[in-house]
Amino acid sequence: MLPIIFVLPLLQLVILSNAATFEVKNIKFAYIDHDHSSSSRALIEKFEASTYFNVLTDFPSETQASSAMLKGEVDVVLEIPSHFERNLQKEKNANLGITINAIDGAAAGVENVYVSQIIQSYNKHIKTDLMQRLDAQIQPVNIASIPLFWYNETLNYKTYMVPGILVLLVTMITLFLSGMNIVREKEIGTLEQINVTPIKKSQFIIGKLFPFWVIGMGLLTIGLILARLIFDVPMIGSLFLMYFYTSIYILVILGMGLFISNFTDTQQQAMFIAWFFTVIFILMSGLFTPIESMPEWAQTLTEFNPIKYFVEVMRMVMLKGSGLMDILPQLIKTLVYALIMNGLAVWSYKKAS
Amino acid sequence: MNNNNVIQAEGLTKMFGDFKAVNAITFEVKKGEIFGFLGANGAGKTTAMKMLIGISIPTSGAAHVAGFDVFTQAEDIKKNIGYMSQKFALYDDLTVKENITFFGGIYGLSKLKIKEKTKELIDDLGLQEVANQLVGSLPLGWKQKLSFSVALIHEPKIVFLDEPTGGVDPITRRQFWEMIYRAAHEGTTIFVTTHYMDEAEYCDRVSIMVNGKIEALDTPKKLKEQFKVDSMNDVFLKLARG
Repeated sequence: MLPIIFVLPLLQLVILSNAATFEVKNIKFAYIDHDHSSSSRALIEKFEASTYFNVLTDFPSETQASSAMLKGEVDVVLEIPSHFERNLQKEKNANLGITINAIDGAAAGVENVYVSQIIQSYNKHIKTDLMQRLDAQIQPVNIASIPLFWYNETLNYKTYMVPGILVLLVTMITLFLSGMNIVREKEIGTLEQINVTPIKKSQFIIGKLFPFWVIGMGLLTIGLILARLIFDVPMIGSLFLMYFYTSIYILVILGMGLFISNFTDTQQQAMFIAWFFTVIFILMSGLFTPIESMPEWAQTLTEFNPIKYFVEVMRMVMLKGSGLMDILPQLIKTLVYALIMNGLAVWSYKKAS
Repeated sequence: MNNNNVIQAEGLTKMFGDFKAVNAITFEVKKGEIFGFLGANGAGKTTAMKMLIGISIPTSGAAHVAGFDVFTQAEDIKKNIGYMSQKFALYDDLTVKENITFFGGIYGLSKLKIKEKTKELIDDLGLQEVANQLVGSLPLGWKQKLSFSVALIHEPKIVFLDEPTGGVDPITRRQFWEMIYRAAHEGTTIFVTTHYMDEAEYCDRVSIMVNGKIEALDTPKKLKEQFKVDSMNDVFLKLARG
């Protein structure tokens, strides 16, 4: 069992961290060129030059393009109307048709941004060209914004995902193990045997939970080592602070697991409830979707999500080098959570019925 | 309260909703006695026993075990009793020695005492060769004997046995009763439930529960006289059939 407890989550860490990326690459791009001018070709070349787009085909007509999109063969179709070049030069204005397959809404959004950026840069180019030709006295004013990505300069998704996924693994393993464990003793009858001994509630609970606390800390350690060695995730902040926070955080999860096992009679029930909470916690943790874009009621709910705090703290400390004072709000909330959860767990664990 | 009575129950009742699992039972068990607690399945034996060992809170009535009140001093009772449930309840994934050490530790025995007890117990049961094997790998009969010995590890005043010989062979059953006699001889009070009527004959006194009530309580000999039959089996059948 022990090897399973350690090997599977770490395998997950390696696989998920590589797979869970929000980058949209290899966009299947097609175009319909009604204009066949040098301007339209220049625009298409821009797309060809981009590393994000795989320029597939030139469709002769709209119907063919839309049937290809229906089959999922293309993601983005650019339609260049006839007289595109003429309109651009004469009226300094031309329209383009962009069709994006939005089955995957998130990807479609990203694709839209990429397409707009390419067209804008093309636009600027044209403008400069035209201006120089028409009126040399007016200098083109180019305003470009150069984004600086702090704490993760290259927008490396692994840097961003690894701490988060590590958090999930530590949480899941400790929640499931502690939730299952006491229920299992109920099932096999050893709990009754323990209940007729003079053992104190606190002794029993500490004895039950301490091993899982150690396992959780062990997982964190191995996970951090892998994060450093395989993914080269920066660890700017204090390791001690990370461990300190995690040691309190695991108490929340263990208390929760114990609480679940006090209210269930079989391992299946415990598993079901543990899953219910893990799924909600994970999806509402801000790991995969930003909490800021959730509706207000959902944002309020995330206040009760321990994973959210853990993800925040891990990212803050690892990537930003935040100190104790920076994570104090999360730390205090987690501490209160731990006290409440374990209080409930001890209260609901009864030696007599 | 009579000092000679280690268990004294008066009108002890347990309700589950509207159902009276145990209906106002009154009895006492004397020190050093082997007390047979009989009844058909579902008669309320296990529920009654659970109230006495402090893991089920009685709905009403009163009971003292080893001089302590079941309502207010359950944890004191637990220090003075041993318990062996119908289900084998040692840890299958610990070895024989580890189980002994673990339960000895829970009862607060010193390391030295645990060491002594472990040796004594393993020698008594002849488990030397399997002392370091996982308990899960032992045959049921051995497990039951081990379980009984572990229930006695802290030298309790009373030991509660809930169908201790369920599912074991006649030879092991005989050995098991020899162990019970030995413990009783050393002054431990034995409170035992069973379905085997031959075992009932071994008890000093026997109570028979029917539908949550104690319908008969006396020595096996007197019970047989009272019901004018030759065996405890017939006594039981007469009562249980109503």
